[in-house]
Amino acid sequence: MNYEAVIGLEVHVQIKTQSKMFTRVAAGYGHEPNTLTDPVVLALPGALPVMNKAALDAIIKAGLLLGCEIAPVCKWDRKNYFYPDSPKNYQISQYDQPICLGGSVEIELPGSARNIMGEHKKVPLTRIHLEEDVGKLNHGATDSLIDYNRAGTPLMEIVSDPAMHTADEAYAYLTSLRATMIYGGISDCDMEKGQLRCDANISIRPVGETKLGTKVELKNLNSISFVRDGIQHEIKRQLAVLERGGTIVQETRDYDGQAGTSQSLRSKEDAHDYRYFPDPDLMPVKVDAEWKSRLQAECPELPFAKQRRFMEQYQLPYTLTSVLVWDRALADYFEETAQLAGPGKAQGVGNWIVNDLLRELAAAHLSLATSRVRPAHIAALVKLLDAGTVLTNAAKEIFVEMAATGDQPDAIADRKGLKAAPTDTNELEQWCRDSIAVNAKALAEFKAGKDSAINAFKGPIMKAAKGKANPKLVDETLRKLLAAM
Amino acid sequence: MSSELFYQPITSLAAALDAKKLTSVELTQAVVARTKSVEPRVHAFNSFDEADALAQAAASDARRAAGQSRGALDGIPIGLKDVIAVTGQPLTASSKMLKNFVSPYDATVTEKLRRAGAVLWGRLNCDEFAMGSSTENSAFGPTGNPWDTSRVPGGSSGGSSAALAAGEAIATLGSDTGGSIRQPAALCGVVGLKPTYGLVSRFGLIAYASSLDQIGPFARTVEDAAIVLGAIAGHDERDSTSFKTDIPDYRAELTKRKGPWKLGIPKEYFAEGLDPEIGAAVEKAIAFYKSQGCEIREVSLPHTQYCLDTYYVIATAEASSNLGRYDGIRYGHRSTAAKDVVDLYFQSRAEGFGPEVKRRIILGTYVLSSGYYDAYYLRAQKVRTLIRQDFLNAFREVDALLTPTSPVPAFKIGEKADPLAMYLLDIYTIGVNLAGLPAISVPCGFTQSGLPIGAQLIGQPFQESNLLAIARSYEQGHDWSAKFPSL
Repeated sequence: MNYEAVIGLEVHVQIKTQSKMFTRVAAGYGHEPNTLTDPVVLALPGALPVMNKAALDAIIKAGLLLGCEIAPVCKWDRKNYFYPDSPKNYQISQYDQPICLGGSVEIELPGSARNIMGEHKKVPLTRIHLEEDVGKLNHGATDSLIDYNRAGTPLMEIVSDPAMHTADEAYAYLTSLRATMIYGGISDCDMEKGQLRCDANISIRPVGETKLGTKVELKNLNSISFVRDGIQHEIKRQLAVLERGGTIVQETRDYDGQAGTSQSLRSKEDAHDYRYFPDPDLMPVKVDAEWKSRLQAECPELPFAKQRRFMEQYQLPYTLTSVLVWDRALADYFEETAQLAGPGKAQGVGNWIVNDLLRELAAAHLSLATSRVRPAHIAALVKLLDAGTVLTNAAKEIFVEMAATGDQPDAIADRKGLKAAPTDTNELEQWCRDSIAVNAKALAEFKAGKDSAINAFKGPIMKAAKGKANPKLVDETLRKLLAAM
Repeated sequence: MSSELFYQPITSLAAALDAKKLTSVELTQAVVARTKSVEPRVHAFNSFDEADALAQAAASDARRAAGQSRGALDGIPIGLKDVIAVTGQPLTASSKMLKNFVSPYDATVTEKLRRAGAVLWGRLNCDEFAMGSSTENSAFGPTGNPWDTSRVPGGSSGGSSAALAAGEAIATLGSDTGGSIRQPAALCGVVGLKPTYGLVSRFGLIAYASSLDQIGPFARTVEDAAIVLGAIAGHDERDSTSFKTDIPDYRAELTKRKGPWKLGIPKEYFAEGLDPEIGAAVEKAIAFYKSQGCEIREVSLPHTQYCLDTYYVIATAEASSNLGRYDGIRYGHRSTAAKDVVDLYFQSRAEGFGPEVKRRIILGTYVLSSGYYDAYYLRAQKVRTLIRQDFLNAFREVDALLTPTSPVPAFKIGEKADPLAMYLLDIYTIGVNLAGLPAISVPCGFTQSGLPIGAQLIGQPFQESNLLAIARSYEQGHDWSAKFPSL
């Protein structure tokens, strides 16, 4: 029998705010344990939560970016359970009225080749809600220590419909979602810092069946490639169980990405009764049209939309856009450079950025923000090249120097003597005549209509010019002379 | 009127302080001495810090000497129920769970009293986590009613009412979730005010039932209550449920607002179970208002019979969650017998909480459980809306409602062993919390055996000024507060 997998992802994204979800103490990563705490975070007797509006702004923005319906009222519920990382022994969350409903994440599946765009799909979302993060337990040999620095950090839970069928789709979903969150300035989504965490619900069913199979929740998928590997592993495991004639047990499994194995954490019978009820300490907050439209105005163009526009507006090839659009700063850098370089130069600009700039930045361990090469540098270089003032090899050398010093390309070309030779028309004409004179074969071919035969004359001219002749001028001069022959 | 300093109202003491006839240190010393002398019989305090109080008093005297008095409360010793946080002082909720807990921060009301110059004095006993109506549920032993120390002072703020009635403080703060200020005020013969929900910040108040809890004053006179209320009321950005409203000068409003008023008598509050002596005393109060030209109307609050059930669903549900934090992990009682983390929860909570607290946590956990939520909690919230609507309907016709505060006077310690019998003591006070209304209990006589009786006036939301003025007009026609217990 043929089976298909059905996959839904639950993604937790920490929202990047100055302070925590329900108190003024700072949110942050990498601080001394238990320094980002106060009576509210530690749930001291008498402490009360007060909502951080910036976190609500961020989740509404996330919802708008993903095309969700925004609830008219933000309502808070308590999720009650006992665990030492949860200081109140309840988590403030949203149960029956999440702030964002519906929406979708656009994904691109791998194309047939690297330079060919893959199929695009929209993975529907069930909901996004806001809650507070918990603390961190550090287990020692004989004791466990708790760090409450993370506790109370604003956290979004983004739940997809069970609408994906392959590990590749899940991988593409997570990549796209992550880029969207970074684009929106909602989170840095650094998985190593726990800013993005992913659980997967996976089931399999015979192809053609519409009912969902028994689902298994896979936890601890703590890198994007572990998500892909873990899902693949779980699908294989479930297939193997069915092929042996067994049945899938509803359970939560822990994936070990290093070992590539998983083991059962708990079964359905151990499921909590969270005793949700509306939090009486927090008033529901109205989200009006004005609030939404203010945030809508802050929403950036998303990567796929940008990619389509770059391909159309700048006539860029897919391969270039697929590098440029995933980093918002890089895409902005490209556009700024293309504007400065002028019409028709976008592809050249794109090539310089994707091939040369990124290579130099990586080699120097710099980022775009700290790059010494600014858009004006690249635009100036493209113009020099276009005017024939410098030649391609010289331009490459100039670029490296530009990256090292931040000097303008014109100054570098002068300093290093990299400009094409100032043209003495008579001398150039003489070199051209000499070259034509010694290559009767090419002359005959050119006369017979083979245009590319003209290139055969250029090598000796360049040699005579010691590589500094303006190729545009060489071409023009040759054509003029050949036409007269 | 007693000549004892510790029995004077704030108004007289403030005048004496301003006139330099008295210092705050002298006053505080008198209160401390009185406390030390009667505490063995009353046990209104869980703890007090004499040196700290005297230092606050000396600071107050220095301010007054420098012409920088902060007003009527500057230098006045005010006791706080042991559920209100004071920096550096114990905060126990009268529970073994928090026996050794010291608060690192001030509640908003504490901060406000400090700003008003009050001398914060002692930690007052109460029912554990404010759950009870007699202060017998304290892990540190019951409080005696100053009028008869073999009897209860009421609860849960019994330490607050008893300390005031015994002259161990000039005013006190309590908290009221189902009657916990008004009922002990009635049983101890003092004024007790529960403000409108949202008028006084709950930040720093140990939560019992968040949607019902409200801090309020105990005082010797209505005017004193107005002064303390003025100091503690007002919006607080640290409490999302606190209301943005202008706070009037309640004391000044007292003299501006003159009747006659329209008073409603809810017929459901005079049904069976009401002690006849109390019924008679309240009838006399009704007659008094009539004689003052007030219009008296019988009104109906048809959902009154559901108040108790509704309260015990909502309050316990919230409590079961609010008390989750007492787990022995970060602070509070931690069992040494535990074998693992789950066992640590079980043992610490089994050892740390008393029986009434456990009863309410279990009840609250049950009503929130999957499959029962709709039938209990959700339905209770709907009934709560109907109960509030009853009151609002009545307020279309009248300015305030007049009722007994408690169906019975102070009873013997240990007399009411049945929890249900204890719950029934709150029948006249609980509806007010469910509806979020302000209400005040004023002394309205004594039983033949000399126990205080209280009358309750229930006001419209945020109309404390009217409520206080109506209460004061009764107080001015009577001299109940001129009587003091013989201790």
